[in-house]
Amino acid sequence: MNDPRKIITMNTVAHNEQAPWYSIAVLSMSALAYEIILMRLFSIIQWHHFAYMIISLALLGYGASGTFLALTRNYLLSRYSFVYLINVFLFGLTSLLCFLLGQQVQFNAEEILWDFDQALRLMSIYILLTVPFFFVANAIGLSLIKFHKDMSRIYAADLLGAGTGGMVAVALLFSVFPGDSLKYISSLAMLATILASWELFRNQARVIVVFTSVLLVAIMILFMLPKSFTELALSPYKGLSQTLRVTGTKVVSQDSSALGLITVVESPVIPFRHAPGLSLNANDEPPSQLGIFIDGDAMTAITHYSGNIKKLAYLDQLTSALPYHLSTIDHALVLGAGGGAEVLQAKYHKVKQISAVELNKQIIELVKSDFNKFSGSIYTDDNVTVFAEEARGFFTDNNNLYGLIQLVLSDSFGASSAGLHALNENYLYTVEALQLYLHHLNRDGYLAISRWIKLPPRDTLKLFTTAIDALSNKGIEQPERHLILIRGLQTSTLIIKNTPITKSEIQSIKRFCNQRLFDMAYYPGMIFGEANRYNMLVEPVFFTAALSLLGNERNKFIQRYKFNIEPATDNQPYFYNYFKWRVFPEILSLKGEGGMSLLGMGYLILVATFLQAFMLSIFIIILPLIFFKRKNISTNINHLKIRAFAYFLALGLSFLFVEMAFIQKFILFLQHPIYAVSVVLAAFLIFAGLGSLWTKRLVNSGQYIKGVKLSVLMILFIGLCYVYLLAPAFAILMDLPVILKIIISIFLIAPLAFYMGMPFPLGMSRLAEISPEIIPWVWGVNGCASVLSAVLAALLAIQFGFTFVIVSALVLYALAAVTSVNWLRC
Amino acid sequence: MWSLIYRRVRVLRCANLKVLFVIGIFLSGIMPLSALQADTDYTKAREKLIKSIGQSVLETAYFIGIKELDSRVMQAMSKVPRHEYVPGIFRVSAYKNRPLPIGHGQTISQPYIVALMTDLLSVKSTDKALEIGTGSGYQAAILAELVDQVFTIEIIDELAKRAGKVLQKQGYKNIKTRIGDGYYGWPSQAPFDVIVVTAAADHVPPPLIRQLKPGGRMVIPVGSRFMVQQLVLIVKDAKGEISTRQILPVRFVPLTGVHE
Repeated sequence: MNDPRKIITMNTVAHNEQAPWYSIAVLSMSALAYEIILMRLFSIIQWHHFAYMIISLALLGYGASGTFLALTRNYLLSRYSFVYLINVFLFGLTSLLCFLLGQQVQFNAEEILWDFDQALRLMSIYILLTVPFFFVANAIGLSLIKFHKDMSRIYAADLLGAGTGGMVAVALLFSVFPGDSLKYISSLAMLATILASWELFRNQARVIVVFTSVLLVAIMILFMLPKSFTELALSPYKGLSQTLRVTGTKVVSQDSSALGLITVVESPVIPFRHAPGLSLNANDEPPSQLGIFIDGDAMTAITHYSGNIKKLAYLDQLTSALPYHLSTIDHALVLGAGGGAEVLQAKYHKVKQISAVELNKQIIELVKSDFNKFSGSIYTDDNVTVFAEEARGFFTDNNNLYGLIQLVLSDSFGASSAGLHALNENYLYTVEALQLYLHHLNRDGYLAISRWIKLPPRDTLKLFTTAIDALSNKGIEQPERHLILIRGLQTSTLIIKNTPITKSEIQSIKRFCNQRLFDMAYYPGMIFGEANRYNMLVEPVFFTAALSLLGNERNKFIQRYKFNIEPATDNQPYFYNYFKWRVFPEILSLKGEGGMSLLGMGYLILVATFLQAFMLSIFIIILPLIFFKRKNISTNINHLKIRAFAYFLALGLSFLFVEMAFIQKFILFLQHPIYAVSVVLAAFLIFAGLGSLWTKRLVNSGQYIKGVKLSVLMILFIGLCYVYLLAPAFAILMDLPVILKIIISIFLIAPLAFYMGMPFPLGMSRLAEISPEIIPWVWGVNGCASVLSAVLAALLAIQFGFTFVIVSALVLYALAAVTSVNWLRC
Repeated sequence: MWSLIYRRVRVLRCANLKVLFVIGIFLSGIMPLSALQADTDYTKAREKLIKSIGQSVLETAYFIGIKELDSRVMQAMSKVPRHEYVPGIFRVSAYKNRPLPIGHGQTISQPYIVALMTDLLSVKSTDKALEIGTGSGYQAAILAELVDQVFTIEIIDELAKRAGKVLQKQGYKNIKTRIGDGYYGWPSQAPFDVIVVTAAADHVPPPLIRQLKPGGRMVIPVGSRFMVQQLVLIVKDAKGEISTRQILPVRFVPLTGVHE
């Protein structure tokens, strides 16, 4: 009787009649914020694609929790309050610790194709990171089991909390450095523990006081930790790490946003000399520069400009300078202006009016204020107007026509940088995007796109086919008369015009290229002998490919080409995906000769992530089944298990299919990747949470079947409407101000998300009545399905486009409804 | 009794000493033997590597334009002990046909690529060579076996010092090392018959092209540390005109092949 454990147990049994709602909500909030911040952190210390793999697989901690709870259910339930508190606390602790340990693992992404050992190190990182998610899932899963009569409300608290988590993460990323943001996540988790102690030990002031004090002290300790504790350990192979090894280099500024960590470096001893694709004949080199690194890589530069235009002569020795030699340009638009090199290039060529668009506000601010003098006030110049916008968003409600639209070595920062459900999407180089740019050129204006050259040719040719389609869609019958392609050693420039290229322009191209030892790869009327003169390939691949793509055999050529050079579209915006499965065996056989450079890493990482998730999920899901078999649970339950498995698997897959596809659709509508992801994610989760809340009345009246039928029918109806009507609606509403578009987006998402939030709690509540012992297993199935779903959605979108993903989701919801009929019936 | 114990201890001590002595003789025989064994193992591994490089070249003939590499280059590759240029923990992989980390975020290039690059330079024994990016010193050593003089520059202090030590230990008298910025080459020793630029850059430094002799060749690997995408060969003809060849180290033809 005096055993303190018994007293605690008795007291907790007596007093925890209600689930700890607030704690669950705050816990979910911190878990989702943690997921997003982890993506950011690993994108900085490693590379984005591997960050995606690590986080995706770490989320299997949710699935593992299901297995754990299935095996220990009875033991934990009798100690619910204590177990809940411990798990939340452990999440707070391990969210920081596991990351710090994980970043100590010497994983070298680039070496993975040479050394299997690297794969093991990668695995160790994500296994380490499953731990915090495991604890979160334990806490929530156990609450679902314990308070199964209140399943709807618990699930609602989970979703509502998660819905705000996205916004919390974005806010944190804008206000503190990524390394420090983990302290805030841990603190939120500690707060969740404090809240739980209040909610679960309501009448025990002493317990509450002890917990609260200890946790507040823990939070204080967190913020008193020295900075070096949470310093990020970048891979030694990232551009920033390598640059900082050079004598005299120094970080002069650092800034963080959801778009990336910006680091500005000066190198007074050994200059940067950033001049991508500079001509072999160049006599000039860049003046002194500051290097800008985003997430420790992808270097661009702020070039010193003292007003002496002659010092910028090197900018005329790049392939991107070609348009200025074709005619006089009055108004140039630079998309993806970065540190201002293209603005300087336009200035050098005496362009009177220059508009510069750059998505990352922090970079613009750096050039405008901190480094204003160094940059020669390039962004505050009278002739230069800078816009902090996303490239395509810039064109909404914009009737200007430009003499030149320049995109130089720009890669879009889509939702990938915001960290969720996105990996390879690029909306800058789709057919629709090029059409949009062409629409904003004046009559004889030029659209000039410069890219790094990959050999064998991939993206240059893909851009070429995209340009052909864009011209054809504009009603131009002979696209071959509207294109120019030149290449140097490392860069290529494609020029697209609305009107045919003139003879005098062709003369200018020849002069420009001959002086700079650039090769012409295509112009209207080009002959074979003119190709492949200076930068010689074994065959004039660029020229022959351009001709094939412009000819009648285009489709055959694209089909037979060993890389995927089909144009990207808004429905399938995977410009960077060049991989074809049929060449995989051949590439593998070339490993010894460095064949790995032919692989599409982004896509293969997705595949590898899926395969690992699949195998681990099978293990996680099967293990408790063996346990159930041992305990001789009746065969009725076996049939139930199969149906419940199908139901919750279908739900787990389809929820994220819909969410992911609509995030992408709304990115195009809202035009800003951060707004899109935050708003859409928050709206989906919050309204799904409300839908879950609403199911309570259906559960109370036992109307499970009715609830599932209603919700699935509405999902199918709204989903199908959106498949056909969303794009035209967006086109009409595109020019509205952002704030209105955000409100419209929320209104569009609300009904769909509301009904999507219903099937899961309905199913779980019914299970709680007929077979509560398989609830933890089902929780695990759902956790695994969520992980598989995100990756599978990306793979399907790459292969078949977003519409396919949405339709698949609708089919899965219909399947879920069908499989539910027998066991949901009362 | 004490004297008995003392005598016993003395006997034991002597016995132990004798045993230790025998073990010592044994080990001092074994260790050079094992070192010899290690050397033999390395030599065998090197020979195997050379064979595999030869095979790779044969398979890549279409792209690189030759069926086999210059025998002098292959001889140099057979002679230079790559394992000496690689940090201790990676020595076991020194003769695998792959790049290896050497610290400070740098790598020692894949042997196949080194062989290919050296062969592309078409070196003669009277040549003067410039290398930008000493790294491990391995490429400099290979060149030193084939040319008259090698001048090599490295931007990272520690690497430069380490490479310098290894090259000295290996007994090379015709290599001069320097720490610093390689963009302007080595003006006091220019012009050069061959130049190798392994330091990553987004363009070819024009000053280096100017330091190439008429008839000279420059080779630059383009790509990341662990994945070479292409080799750029820059040739300056007798008149001083520049032409470049972009060479893929892999046989991936035809590009529009369905099945080979």
